[in-house]
Amino acid sequence: METLWFMIIAVMVAAYVVLDGFDLGAGAIYLGAAKTNDDRRKILRAIGPVWDGNEVWLLAAGGTLYFAFPLLYASSFSGFYLPLMMVLWLLMLRGIGIELRAHMENPVWVGFFDLIFCGSSILLAIFFGAALGNVVRGVPLRADGYFFEPLWTNFRASGDTGILDWYTVLTGVIALVTLTTHGSLYVAVKTDGELNQRTRSIALWMCPVQLILTIVGLVATCYVQPTVLDNYRQHASGYLIPVIVLGSLGVMIYAIRKEQDKIAFVGSAVYIVGMLVGAAFALYPMVLPASTNPAYSLTIYNTAAGRHGLTVGFTWWALGMILAVGYFALLFRMFRGKVRLEGEGY
Amino acid sequence: MDSALLVHRIHFAFTVTFHYLFPQLTMGLAPLIVILKSIGLRRNDETYHQAARFWAKIFGINFLLGVVTGIPMEFQFGTNWSHFSRFAGGVIGQTLAMEGVFAFFLESAFLGLFLYGEKRLSPRAHWWSAVAVFLGSWISGYFIIATDAWMQHPVGYVKVADGSVQLSSFWELVFNPWALWQYAHNMSGAVITGAIVMASVGAFYLLWGKFETHARIFVRVGVVAGLIFSILQLFPTGDGQGRMIAESQPVTLAAMEALFVSQPGAPLVILGQPNVDEHKIDNALEVPQALSFLTYRAWKANVQGLDAFPQDLWPQNVALLYYSYHIMVGLGTIFIAITLVATLLLWRGKLYSARWMLWILLLALPFPYIANTAGWITAELGRQPWLVYGLLRTADGYSKMVSAGNGMFTLLGFLGMYTVLGILFLFLVRREIEHGPVSEISSQH
Repeated sequence: METLWFMIIAVMVAAYVVLDGFDLGAGAIYLGAAKTNDDRRKILRAIGPVWDGNEVWLLAAGGTLYFAFPLLYASSFSGFYLPLMMVLWLLMLRGIGIELRAHMENPVWVGFFDLIFCGSSILLAIFFGAALGNVVRGVPLRADGYFFEPLWTNFRASGDTGILDWYTVLTGVIALVTLTTHGSLYVAVKTDGELNQRTRSIALWMCPVQLILTIVGLVATCYVQPTVLDNYRQHASGYLIPVIVLGSLGVMIYAIRKEQDKIAFVGSAVYIVGMLVGAAFALYPMVLPASTNPAYSLTIYNTAAGRHGLTVGFTWWALGMILAVGYFALLFRMFRGKVRLEGEGY
Repeated sequence: MDSALLVHRIHFAFTVTFHYLFPQLTMGLAPLIVILKSIGLRRNDETYHQAARFWAKIFGINFLLGVVTGIPMEFQFGTNWSHFSRFAGGVIGQTLAMEGVFAFFLESAFLGLFLYGEKRLSPRAHWWSAVAVFLGSWISGYFIIATDAWMQHPVGYVKVADGSVQLSSFWELVFNPWALWQYAHNMSGAVITGAIVMASVGAFYLLWGKFETHARIFVRVGVVAGLIFSILQLFPTGDGQGRMIAESQPVTLAAMEALFVSQPGAPLVILGQPNVDEHKIDNALEVPQALSFLTYRAWKANVQGLDAFPQDLWPQNVALLYYSYHIMVGLGTIFIAITLVATLLLWRGKLYSARWMLWILLLALPFPYIANTAGWITAELGRQPWLVYGLLRTADGYSKMVSAGNGMFTLLGFLGMYTVLGILFLFLVRREIEHGPVSEISSQH
């Protein structure tokens, strides 16, 4: 049962990163790719009806984590107190930036909200990457299951660690590059003309960087947290994951060259899912490794809620998810196709 | 009090109070928008559709603020109240996760269709999207209330070896009798906010002499809905909630009423200032024996005062609890009076020209917000010193790892952030109201 919930939460987090990832990425390239007001409005329209729904996956994944692994939620949220609060502020600024720009008439304030939207998207991508880096690297857990990390200490990835060190900064940059590609491809799919060309060429530039960073990241992870290889050694089928990750990058580059934006976007989604599944596979059954003493590590077993609750929860969760997938299929269907500024109101 | 505890309490109190200014309007407006759209569909009347579109815009702004200020609430269970989450997560994780799975997806998916999809959808399909948004916001409300109700009146749990509590009965948790009364009372309060805001904006237009056709709809719908729900707020929902408190939290009832001494035939204090040090009410204006009657339906019934309980079980802030409770009840009574008079004028066909009444309706706007906030302060202060009634004290629930300094840092951050949000919100809503109900739908988005 614990393993089932571990997989469910991994899937929900992956869904969040794939979905909100493209609108975060669209935000990150927003100022660079869209020079005219019309282009900016096209990007905002491409994400306008869906970004809020995408962000709900974060809340739903958070709620499910709270329900299934309360101690993990309690420990990690209080331990990562400062960066999480900053993530909250960035999420707020970003939501305000997206929605309120359309209410502004004065170009000075339009420009201000553009900057807020772009800047908060970039920082969020880095924060999320750094968060994953922290989870993989491990944190100074105490025997009672709690810890507290300052924002930074000495930027070394061992001993008295902070949220930011060379490794987590690296994972943050990988996340930013990945989501930039992902968002560029989404905008490419949703637009035509010059904006389509420009976002596609951004993605084409980003792909090789992403490839190099992926390899650097994998090596660095094995160095910082050698235990990640244990699960792969025991289950050789796990090695399929890095193959899929690198393969999807190859597909992306090929598809972008062929101007097949949809295929490239799917490739990017597969890449993201592959990276996250790879991390989850490496950690399992740990959910938060301790850098202090391996015995203090939080696992799915010592953080899970009671068995009865987990069993009951699965029933309503499955029902809720069937409904949710239905809504989203309907939503994306209603807003399918390229974005137009005139005409249909969308 | 431990300074970290104080910081964490203020942190949550401030962010949740600010947050709830927005959902109370969206939850209250949602059914009213459905009503406007239903009338528009049935009579094939474009004016009602325009009215619905206008309120949808106000709804959209409030919803956005509700979402961005709501995310910190879920986070704070872990960040600021981690010991509580570790203790109770095995139970209330159910309701919190269900809110995400059942309400947020529904709400967010259909809000996009509702706000941006009117031209793409048939009128009937768009009506359904409005209904879906209404249901989503009300389901969301239920799960939050069920969570709070469990903290007020824990049911369906077992204590386990590691000291935490775990779910033992899902249905007991979901149909906690406390939750049913609290939900009815709370949602009725939200509709009062929606109704009075709608009537107030309509009154503003009538006094201004603009958009009069729409303004009459706003005033009419607002006043009638306001009357119905102000009465429901008092009876049966407020009465039911009160008797539940008398039964399960008698010390809270004593503190709310500032009844320091147990007595048969206890009076109901209407006005007066509690003097906690000397255990009496200064300048009291009382109705003799009324408290006994309201609580136990018997004029001579004995009501336990605060002296019946050891002081470490008293809610710590008796004065604020007493005031917030009395403000809530006082305002609720005033809402009944205002909406009743306005409805009578409406019935006599005089409301739209009765400028004095329109002024009253216009100026009534902030008061349902105050009443709803005071109600929540009553519920939450009344539960003190417990975080989970009878099981976990507030002093044992906060994040021991997060120092007062770190908590203060983010509290100040939220104060600054919410000040900016509040100013932006007022600016945007004011512009929409000045703009009026007759304009192109979301032409710029």
